[in-house]
Amino acid sequence: MKAFTQVKGLVCPLDRANVDTDAIIPKQFLKSIKRSGFGPYLFDELRYADPGEPGMDCTSRPLRKDFVLNQARYKGAQILLARDNFGCGSSREHAPWAIEDYGFTVIIAPSFADIFFGNCYKNGILPIVLPSAAVAELFAECAANEGYRLDVDLESQKVITPSGKSFGFDVTPHRKHCLLNGLDEIGLTLQHAGEIKAFEARHRAAQPWLFAEEA
Amino acid sequence: MAGKTLYDKLWESHVVREESDGTCLLYIDRHLMHEVTSAQAFEGMRLASRRAWRATSIVANPDHNTPTDHWDEGIKDPVSRLQVETLDANIKDFGALVYFPFKHANQGIIHVIGPENGTTLPGMTVVCGDSHTSTHGAFGALAHGIGTSEVEHVLATQTLVAKRSKRMLVRVEGQLGQEITAKDVALAIIGKIGTAGGTGYAIEFGGSAIRGLSLEGRMTLCNMAIEAGARAGLVAPDEKTAEYLRGRLYAPKGADWDKAVAYWNTLKSDHDAEFDAVVEFDAARIEPQVTWGTSPEQVLPIGARVPDPAKEADPQKRSGIERALQYMGLAAGTPLSGIKVDKVFIGSCTNSRIEDLRAAAAVARGRKKAAGVKLALVVPGSGIVKRQAEAEGLDKIFIAAGFEWREPGCSMCLAMNADRLEPGERCASTSNRNFEGRQGAGGRTHLVSPAMAAAAAVAGHFVDIRNSFGQESQA
Ligand code: SF4
Repeated sequence: MKAFTQVKGLVCPLDRANVDTDAIIPKQFLKSIKRSGFGPYLFDELRYADPGEPGMDCTSRPLRKDFVLNQARYKGAQILLARDNFGCGSSREHAPWAIEDYGFTVIIAPSFADIFFGNCYKNGILPIVLPSAAVAELFAECAANEGYRLDVDLESQKVITPSGKSFGFDVTPHRKHCLLNGLDEIGLTLQHAGEIKAFEARHRAAQPWLFAEEA
Repeated sequence: MAGKTLYDKLWESHVVREESDGTCLLYIDRHLMHEVTSAQAFEGMRLASRRAWRATSIVANPDHNTPTDHWDEGIKDPVSRLQVETLDANIKDFGALVYFPFKHANQGIIHVIGPENGTTLPGMTVVCGDSHTSTHGAFGALAHGIGTSEVEHVLATQTLVAKRSKRMLVRVEGQLGQEITAKDVALAIIGKIGTAGGTGYAIEFGGSAIRGLSLEGRMTLCNMAIEAGARAGLVAPDEKTAEYLRGRLYAPKGADWDKAVAYWNTLKSDHDAEFDAVVEFDAARIEPQVTWGTSPEQVLPIGARVPDPAKEADPQKRSGIERALQYMGLAAGTPLSGIKVDKVFIGSCTNSRIEDLRAAAAVARGRKKAAGVKLALVVPGSGIVKRQAEAEGLDKIFIAAGFEWREPGCSMCLAMNADRLEPGERCASTSNRNFEGRQGAGGRTHLVSPAMAAAAAVAGHFVDIRNSFGQESQA
């Protein structure tokens, strides 16, 4: 996983609430057995006018011009600005894979669905929860200013606007540590293998039926 | 000090270690797997030369991509076939307690086969790379969906990095009406608290109406907990839970059984336990539910009319309703009971167990599918459910009524196989999600109970099951 430090990036506003993971990456793309290559199909149904299928070359597909990702001013955006309950629905990790593969590294919203929120961290994406009023302000500024950029600093936990206004955000120390250092969570956990083994032995003694199949 | 909730007890009995900020390593007892969300996890394991920590915690089978007819012809779509064959190969390499390959007599939807083989037990932690893992909470197991990175983490370490959820009690007291099922209860709850109402919470369902539900009904309810935003749903185990599990393939036997049941009896919230939120429902007031929009919270009783966005003050919500009505091809003010359907789907991990098929068959018995309905599909949740239904003659009832009786799998719940809606088609579905395109691009889904779905197939449009097909009106 890539280490995350600071992002000063172009903002793309997605002005709808309850964006579900089916919308982020439609189910036909779940058939892939790989982790990468989902970026071109991000928001496939909203983005293209034709039905998308895995393996399609997206460069020649007809675009839905009104969709934000297709507007020239948002090309190369790294920060996705969203509304409430972003990432709801299916637990598919293909959603953050597609978002990351497309090039977004930060998502800002008033609220996120649980599983999606956790999946972001595991894929080097920083999901930031800001109060609704702050998000509304960012939407308004973004609409009014072409080339609108935000400065996201994970170290100091701040989102800074071009005018210098800053919004603090929460992130757990563990997640921050992993993101800042690009750490593999499995390796970290296996440092505690001894404790896991000890727990397992106690658990087995107390509820042998959970392990009975191994007898 | 206040007592403990069921959730607290389950959580605390699985904490391996806890960091100062509350992040825990949680031990995982049961790891369920299907073909869609596991391949990349195994790929990661191989890349890091890791072996499974405890392969015998794994229960797996393909379900999303498997066809529901012409099994003799195999899986025709090469991409689907590759995904299923990849799971075959991964399980062969890494091992599992239970693996039912495509066409195995017990194969089915992973959330149906886990409990019916006794591999989901009270007091367990259960995870799967699938949001509807919440289903298993019906047994008093702490069960929730995880992402593919977490699937790999559990494979490699038998633990999950997690933080405690807040606890919500949804209490449903009283007697449910004659034709009211767990599905109606679930939809009514989501209609009230919203699809984000449970975000950050584990929901325990309690009250006399919940205790009155069978295990099948409790599974339907916990299955839909995720649609209310909660990662986990829970029902405290009781005699019904033990009765359901007794004698199942992997359920404890002999002396272990008695010990296990004694332990399961302790798995309930203490009288003085405190919840972070409590929501109450009067069972007697819950009516048959039908969703009208593109989110499970866009739901109303069958007697209602399609809402008018002009009456919604909140602009976000108003545009949400407008967009939903446009997608669904519905006009404000239309009575729900008049809406015609093109297809009917009875199945999915929400409603494909034997009790669901019995309820649908009771409506279909001696009746015929309406001429305007192109397809009424009945897809049992597993091979075991299918055989049980056939032993009871339910398949014959469905076939005589013009319904199709298929092989088990996820099928038209998410349309990864050949079963799907065509653009613009309207479906009465017993599944759990009515999102845009869920059952096929452009398809329009209305979520209902199995009896309501069967009734729509017979009438050709939604009807109030209590008026038209109630037990009294049954010849
Ligand atoms: S039946 Fe539907 S919701 Fe259930 S596991 Fe299959 S696809 Fe998911």
